[in-house]
Amino acid sequence: MRLEKCWFCSSTVYPGHGIQFVRNDAKIFRFCRSKCHKNFKMKRNPRKVKWTKAYRRLHGKDMTQDATFEFERKRNRPERYDRNLTENTLKAIKTIDKVRFRREETHHKKRMSGKLAKETKEARKELDQQINLIKAPGAMVKDTSSAKVTVKVQHESDENRMEE
Amino acid sequence: MINCYLLSQVLDVRWYSSKGFRAFCAASVFWYKLLDMVQYNFKKITKVPTGKDFVDIVLSRTQRQTPTVVHKGYAINRIRQFYMRKVKFTQTNFHEKLSTIIEEFPRLDDIHPFYGDLLHVLYNKDHYKLALGQINTARNLIGKIAKDYVKLLKYGDSLYRCKALKVAALGRMCTVTKRIGPSLAYLDQIRQHMARLPSIDPNTRTILICGYPNVGKSSFINKITRADVDVQPYAFTTKSLFVGHTDYKYLRYQVIDTPGILDRPFEDRNIIEMCSITALAHLRAAVLFFLDISGSCGYTIAQQSALFHSIKSLFMNKPLIIVCNKTDLQSLEGISEDDKKLVEEMKSEAMKTLIGQGGEAKDGAEVLLTMSTLTEQGVIAVKNAACERLLDQRVEIKMKSKKINDCLNRFHVAVPKPRDQKERPPCIPQAVLEAKAKEAEKEKRKLEKDLEEENGGAGVYSASLKKHYLLADDEWKEDNMPEILDGHNVYDFVDPDILQRLEELEKEEGLLQAQEDDEVDMDVEELTPQQQKELAEIRRKKSVLIREHRIKKSTAESRPIVPRKFDKDKMFTSERMGRQLSSLGLDPSKAIERVRSKSRGRKRERSPDHGGDDMMVDGDGSNKKTRLRSLSRSASRSRSRPPTDVVIPGEGYKDSAQKIKAFKMGKNSVQKRNKDARKGEGDRVIPNLKPKHLYSGKRSNGKTTRR
Repeated sequence: MRLEKCWFCSSTVYPGHGIQFVRNDAKIFRFCRSKCHKNFKMKRNPRKVKWTKAYRRLHGKDMTQDATFEFERKRNRPERYDRNLTENTLKAIKTIDKVRFRREETHHKKRMSGKLAKETKEARKELDQQINLIKAPGAMVKDTSSAKVTVKVQHESDENRMEE
Repeated sequence: MINCYLLSQVLDVRWYSSKGFRAFCAASVFWYKLLDMVQYNFKKITKVPTGKDFVDIVLSRTQRQTPTVVHKGYAINRIRQFYMRKVKFTQTNFHEKLSTIIEEFPRLDDIHPFYGDLLHVLYNKDHYKLALGQINTARNLIGKIAKDYVKLLKYGDSLYRCKALKVAALGRMCTVTKRIGPSLAYLDQIRQHMARLPSIDPNTRTILICGYPNVGKSSFINKITRADVDVQPYAFTTKSLFVGHTDYKYLRYQVIDTPGILDRPFEDRNIIEMCSITALAHLRAAVLFFLDISGSCGYTIAQQSALFHSIKSLFMNKPLIIVCNKTDLQSLEGISEDDKKLVEEMKSEAMKTLIGQGGEAKDGAEVLLTMSTLTEQGVIAVKNAACERLLDQRVEIKMKSKKINDCLNRFHVAVPKPRDQKERPPCIPQAVLEAKAKEAEKEKRKLEKDLEEENGGAGVYSASLKKHYLLADDEWKEDNMPEILDGHNVYDFVDPDILQRLEELEKEEGLLQAQEDDEVDMDVEELTPQQQKELAEIRRKKSVLIREHRIKKSTAESRPIVPRKFDKDKMFTSERMGRQLSSLGLDPSKAIERVRSKSRGRKRERSPDHGGDDMMVDGDGSNKKTRLRSLSRSASRSRSRPPTDVVIPGEGYKDSAQKIKAFKMGKNSVQKRNKDARKGEGDRVIPNLKPKHLYSGKRSNGKTTRR
């Protein structure tokens, strides 16, 4: 029993799910559900369909190269069974998963890092340009120009003047 | 049995005298050696039609298969030919059918004497021959008739003459056939009976059962074969021969059950008894003479032994076994002295046949056997003894005959003549000898199959396939390794240096995490709360604007609007139109005024005291009346027309309300047209007959079967 990857969206195909298509050149296409299958039949390129992993990887939305991916590799030569090795492998799978998850999170964060700055910039621009929707242009100008500056002049009183 | 009236004749005594009989027996032995194996299939004889039917068949055939139309105007030769053909055709048909009858019925001299005799016994040979002879004569007669009439037809000079000749010919042929009618009926009856005769092969291994009526012959045959012969308490239950088949030492034996024979002079025997006599006489078989020692058949042992002695001449050259049946009622030891003596006499007779065969003198255990068909005790022993005796005799005879030379090479292995005294044993390599010795010493290895059988058989026990795994630690043999974990295939991760790599990964991860902590988040100046509030306000106003525009678009007061997608840059303004017209050299003012007058929208309503609040279009507090008034009045006609709500008597309105309503209805009808930019009612121009959005494209939601 093996878990396969869907050719179109790259999600895992569990046993008992999906369809397998074998082409005349003996290439096997596995699909996780009829959505992917029908998209394939329509000859859509998964690299252009937004919700697939292929698109996301290609457009940098998801992590592409990482050491954690090297651990999972299809091996064609079977290893002799070793209980200790198997135990270690099972534990390792769990930790590798954790690591990979953490790394994906950081990747996402990095990707989203400039968002706040951009948003505030846009907000400021909007404020600048469209303030006239809430405040009258005249009102704003008057405010600045009619700012009277009162200067306090201190008059010398005779009394306080120092006798020369 | 045939109840034909012709079978009342007495048997031909002359032929069946006792001497002649013996000679005949010898002759039949001679016959066996000459004849080959022939299939006796009397079932394939075609049905013999009755006289009338015969005539009908042939005549209708003639009618169908020869031309039917002839006119007197034809050429005479043609007419003659026509009728000659009919006559000849009828003759050939009769000839054919009669010939088939004659050929298909067996000739009693040519078949095996057993069958010949049997048929004679049943149907009387003479009658049979006579009937067939009559058929033959009829055939010849018909041939002659046809020849004569054809000769006459050659000289027929008119259609009528020819026709009359033909009629006469056919008539005579038919009379001949009708005359042999009784023979045909007789032959058909014979045919039916012959088809039901048991198919006895006279040349194969046969066991014959004979004895007095009711001694248990049919029960015996029922026991050892699959034959289902009637067993009843009255005598002569079995009225004809019955055949069963049984197996012994991979060979098939015929077992023939005969009707009982009574002790009578030969000439007095009836047809049923004659059947058994015939069988005894002609079939080279092992004979089982049944003796009822209990006497429950109604005949004493003395009578039975008398019968035995009278027919012992028939047992010549046949392996004979005397079978004492019904031992459950009376054992062999318990009978009286006289009876014992009689039995001994029979036994000695039987022994003679044994010795005559060339066997060693035994104590007679093989010739006299006891059994009981009711309790099935000794039945198989009798059968085995009979089969064994018969087989031995047949093998001996075969060995003596000439035919054995043909198959002798199969029994004989040619051995080369030794040229010197040197011994040359077969060469067996030493290794093979050693291996063989070892095999003999070693005990048989316990196979998986034995293990399976021990533990409950094929369906219960399932072999442990992991038993012979070569692992580092034998305890791991029965381990079930998981194949899938958390959406991954475990086999993809298995790696001898996985621990090392995992360590490296963790180190890396530690470093990365440290790096992350070092990185400072970007310093972004957030908006102040005041600014945020303003921003929110701006966004709200914008959304209101958009909403209103949408509403306005859908109800844009009966003026056609250029949709925004075609007017993103807001090029379709009245000023621009004015500029373009003036560039063309025209005076734009009137056009602009006209346009302006139609667009009575918000611009007019904006009153100076509203100041910055120019957003409130709907429900601003402006009067409904003033609005209506200003709307209805176009620039050119606003002053010359009276206000709408004032009713002038000549107009025909009841009151102002009605007038207002009338105006409203008028405007309603105009509004839609204006929105579509149509000039008036009669403007039915469709600028785009096949708009693409109606004729193409997929739907994101819904079907495209209707548009």
